[in-house]
Amino acid sequence: MAFIDYYKVLGVDKKATEAEIKKAYRKMARKHHPDLNPNDKEAERKFKELNEANEVLSSPENRKKYDAHGENWQHADQYEQSKRQQQQYNGRGQQADYGGGFSGGADYSDFFESMFGGRSARGSGGGRTAQFKGQDFNAELHLDLKDVYTTHKRTLTINGKNIRLTIPAGVENGQVIKITGHGAAGSGGGPKGDLYITFTIDNHTAFKRDKENLYATVDLDLYSAILGGDITVDTFDGQVKLKIAPGTQNGTKVKLKGKGFPVYKKENQFGDFYITYEIKIPTSLSEKEKELFTELSKLKNL
Amino acid sequence: MNIENFIPINTLVTHYKVELTFFNNLSELGLVEIQTVEHIQYIHQDSIYEIEKMIRMHQELDVNIEGIDVVFNLLQKIDALQKELINVRNRLQLYEN
Repeated sequence: MAFIDYYKVLGVDKKATEAEIKKAYRKMARKHHPDLNPNDKEAERKFKELNEANEVLSSPENRKKYDAHGENWQHADQYEQSKRQQQQYNGRGQQADYGGGFSGGADYSDFFESMFGGRSARGSGGGRTAQFKGQDFNAELHLDLKDVYTTHKRTLTINGKNIRLTIPAGVENGQVIKITGHGAAGSGGGPKGDLYITFTIDNHTAFKRDKENLYATVDLDLYSAILGGDITVDTFDGQVKLKIAPGTQNGTKVKLKGKGFPVYKKENQFGDFYITYEIKIPTSLSEKEKELFTELSKLKNL
Repeated sequence: MNIENFIPINTLVTHYKVELTFFNNLSELGLVEIQTVEHIQYIHQDSIYEIEKMIRMHQELDVNIEGIDVVFNLLQKIDALQKELINVRNRLQLYEN
């Protein structure tokens, strides 16, 4: 657990006035506010740090404690103890009031929790807006490309609740789907939040995918390329037999209609499968082969 | 109109501690759609998410209504660009080994 320099977080001097702290917090918040930085985890982290710094520095009581013992936070408990004894001695034990409803973002660093007990030590500024609609949940679902070739059902556990989900074939990498009403409960009669699932699709196959089309490179031996012939090619869900025309060039592309990936939310519709032939030139030739190739080259030169 | 999925503006005014004029101003700029049924103004619950964002910008960041309009236009652009970026990245995989 590390000490956090809250003055540095807000970019203010140790002697900064309350007004300067408030101004600095507002300025930084405008930069790192999560609403202004969608899908930016770094901004979210910074914003939490800012709020924490603001909670400490905008409250005279918290700031005093932090200034006195911030860097020696391990001794904060002793400080508290001696303060309590002093208060008892003085006969007016006025406990600091740490009450207050800080809604949302109540996610503190270990450092903060060790000094302020993790309770919401609400500062004078930076109170968050009370939410009416329940909080939205975000989840990330990692699937294999093979999984999304067919429509299938899956049970996800999100915040302790099981949600049965139909994942349509053809879902794309990075695609987000919204499941209405599966977020947190609202407050004051507000509607429930929603659940957003972002799909991350890992591809461990030899196929490359662009939306509903698939691409692959198929090796072709020199003799089939020159003389023509039949080959068997792997498709995503099986195999097909293909005729090779005599004199097929390296890099020739062939389109197999309807042998691609399923089209998202369009049943029984498939994209195309594009094959690129890569002709393999023999490398370690036997004496006999060398002889024959030489003969061939001489024929060509005649 | 079926008001089942609509929330009276008064409820929101009380909950968020904002002025009624705030909603009317947002509506004038086309940022929210207000429906009136028997003299009661409602907002569809699907727009609550965006409204809460606007309220947070207003209350936490001191952004005025015109500023919110600008921010929302830019956020829409960011959203479109992020989607395009994902598509481009997916396409890029075609050319990478």
